[in-house]
Amino acid sequence: MSAPQRKTDIGPPHYEQFLPPVIKKNYGDWKYHEQLAPGVMVHVANSGDKIFSVRVGSPRILATDSIRDACAIADKYCDGYLRFTSRNNIEFLLSDESKVAPLKEELKNKGYAIGGIGYRVSNPVHTQGWVHCHSACTDASGLVKSMMDELYEYFAEKELPNKVRLAVACCVNMCGAVHCSDIAIVAVHTKIPQVDAAAFKNMCELPTTIASCPTGAISPDPATKSIKIKQEKCMYCGNCFTVCPAIPIKDPDRDGVAIVVGGKVGSLRSDPKFSKLVIPYISNEPPRWPKAVAAIKHILEVYAKDAKKFERVGEWIERIGWEKFFDLTDIEFTFQHIDDFTFARDTFRTASTFKW
Amino acid sequence: MPKKYDTPLLDELEKGPWPSFVSEIKKCAAKNDMAADELGLLEKSFNTKIGYWKHGGIVGVRGYGGGVIGRYCSIPEEFPGVAHFHTVRINQPSGWFYTTDALRTACDIWDKYGSGLTNMHGSTGDMILLGTRTEVLEDIFAEFSSRGWDLGGSGSAMRTPSCCVGPARCEWSNIDTLELCYQLTQEFQDELHRPSWPYKFKIKIAGCACDCVAAIARADCSIIGTWKGNIKIDQNEVKNYAKNGFDVQKWVVDMCPTGCMSFEGGELKIDNSNCNRCMHCISKMTKALQPGDEKGATICIGSKAPIVVGSLLSWVIVPFITVEKPFDEVKDVVRKMTEWWDEYGKPRERIGEVIERVGMRSFLDYIGVPPLPQQVKEPRKDPFWFFEEQDIESIKAKEAEEKKTGKYKF
Repeated sequence: MSAPQRKTDIGPPHYEQFLPPVIKKNYGDWKYHEQLAPGVMVHVANSGDKIFSVRVGSPRILATDSIRDACAIADKYCDGYLRFTSRNNIEFLLSDESKVAPLKEELKNKGYAIGGIGYRVSNPVHTQGWVHCHSACTDASGLVKSMMDELYEYFAEKELPNKVRLAVACCVNMCGAVHCSDIAIVAVHTKIPQVDAAAFKNMCELPTTIASCPTGAISPDPATKSIKIKQEKCMYCGNCFTVCPAIPIKDPDRDGVAIVVGGKVGSLRSDPKFSKLVIPYISNEPPRWPKAVAAIKHILEVYAKDAKKFERVGEWIERIGWEKFFDLTDIEFTFQHIDDFTFARDTFRTASTFKW
Repeated sequence: MPKKYDTPLLDELEKGPWPSFVSEIKKCAAKNDMAADELGLLEKSFNTKIGYWKHGGIVGVRGYGGGVIGRYCSIPEEFPGVAHFHTVRINQPSGWFYTTDALRTACDIWDKYGSGLTNMHGSTGDMILLGTRTEVLEDIFAEFSSRGWDLGGSGSAMRTPSCCVGPARCEWSNIDTLELCYQLTQEFQDELHRPSWPYKFKIKIAGCACDCVAAIARADCSIIGTWKGNIKIDQNEVKNYAKNGFDVQKWVVDMCPTGCMSFEGGELKIDNSNCNRCMHCISKMTKALQPGDEKGATICIGSKAPIVVGSLLSWVIVPFITVEKPFDEVKDVVRKMTEWWDEYGKPRERIGEVIERVGMRSFLDYIGVPPLPQQVKEPRKDPFWFFEEQDIESIKAKEAEEKKTGKYKF
């Protein structure tokens, strides 16, 4: 049977047809919300109507059968409506309070992870990794799974001073929001790309490849009709490899992960912040990356102990000072921590008012 | 029956309380050859610590330049099921709301033509269908588009806009994020499907400064809801918070970044002229405090990840804009911004980087926004700046006027 008639440029379906009736009725007219239990909140409208949201974590990679399972649950309890969040959770939306407890029971029995709302670790955003990406230097899903198994209680139950947003990016392209997360992993290369001169001629453009380098490390090599890379200038960003497949940068023994902390996107109390480097390199150790996971848990627990109520990780560190952060966490400070890239000068200390 | 692989390393990741992506891949691998080889290939990566995917190839559907990302395995002879393993991006509905019927239909189409694996959702917001072959792309597109779905953006194009849950289920949303997201997506359909720009252009829309979609960090164009005027206070609810053990002084007043609040005699006062609308107090006392009535948005421009000369957060460009149907004001300014970027941008240069290189003045002039102190953290410090003839002329004219009136105007 042939496929139906195609249409172009119609855009997405209008969202209104997917809104539960209680949302349609109270659209833009909500009064307040409260968290009732980990992973459960209620929004109350000015009309007095309520909508209950039960949030479950997901690994983002979902099989169609799992989506169907979630749909069956939504049919049973939520009149056939559900939504996903910006951090890849599934939210079951109910207008009937009496169904909340049985829904939670069924979700628990089926192994869903309820949580992620409020002052907890929320579902990490992450990238494709070895599952599906050409530039990955680690597996993002594997790291997230390993990390969240270890931090599960902070997702499902235990409260922290404030929410903690985790993220994993499998290379410096950072398709996830690693650059503005409380605690995040970014995978890095540590060796300069290898030039395949024979393949270069057929696969790559010389000017594009040279222009792709942010540090000016690439120059023409007329002898081989290819390029040369200056070792001491290369920071392994891999941008040249993105525009030219003939200079592979992946290296199984040298690719690894770095940990960055202190970023946020909300403007509450203090401006949005970038995450900053705290551990420059940990070897890739699939399937469970034990050292990277231990480092993340360690940082999270020092934060949980030392931060004041409502301080995000970055706000806590700015209050105590980065020198104190390295002291409290007992993380070694190295040359990699001192910036020597685009915005370096703004990071050098200009007062003698630091702590020991 | 699809091929079976031993996957001792991946099996390890089926243990533990967090939902397992390996179990997801296995569910598909049990009935689909592509997914089976994806599983085998991933186990190999876990063994060798390296990926086996090649750069994306040019694949797509007729009349479109994006929406499908070509993906080929570098060792197809070993894993023929993933020789092609293309990604299809389906433009999600605003706010990621679905009916179960709609989702099941999408699943049925995907099981028929693809691996059965999805990402719900991709980083930009699309529903991601992971793994299919070139020859069925037209069929997939016909199945989806005939049912009212379209492809999302990819390449040097408008990327699929996304938004927070907004007025659908949040009392803090100052704008109709869902409708604006829908309307902007419709407005830029051509730019979304036919890459013709220097690089990608992302739009994210958040209803308030909590920014649940990370607009300020992850979108070239960050539209963030805000308000003018006074925060609405329900003093009875304030008293209830205090009565129930909530420390209004310590957790709200003392944490206010502008010090514009006081709490005396059980009454909360706000000096609204000094409030910067950060959302801390409102988010901590949801029953007592609400944003003011004159609602709109701040448009910030330029955020991106580190590639290539460093990550950027978006910069305030339009401090306040009215956001009401049919959103002409927002559409016009966004279009002007992209026009300017398209004029000056070099290949693979994001709009924020072009503003840095060409200059903020050129950008503001083109889009018709005046210089405002709200756009900067502080004025420049070094004594080097440009004057255009008209700048001096207008200063001279002002001085001449002052001579006449005897009154200085700084």
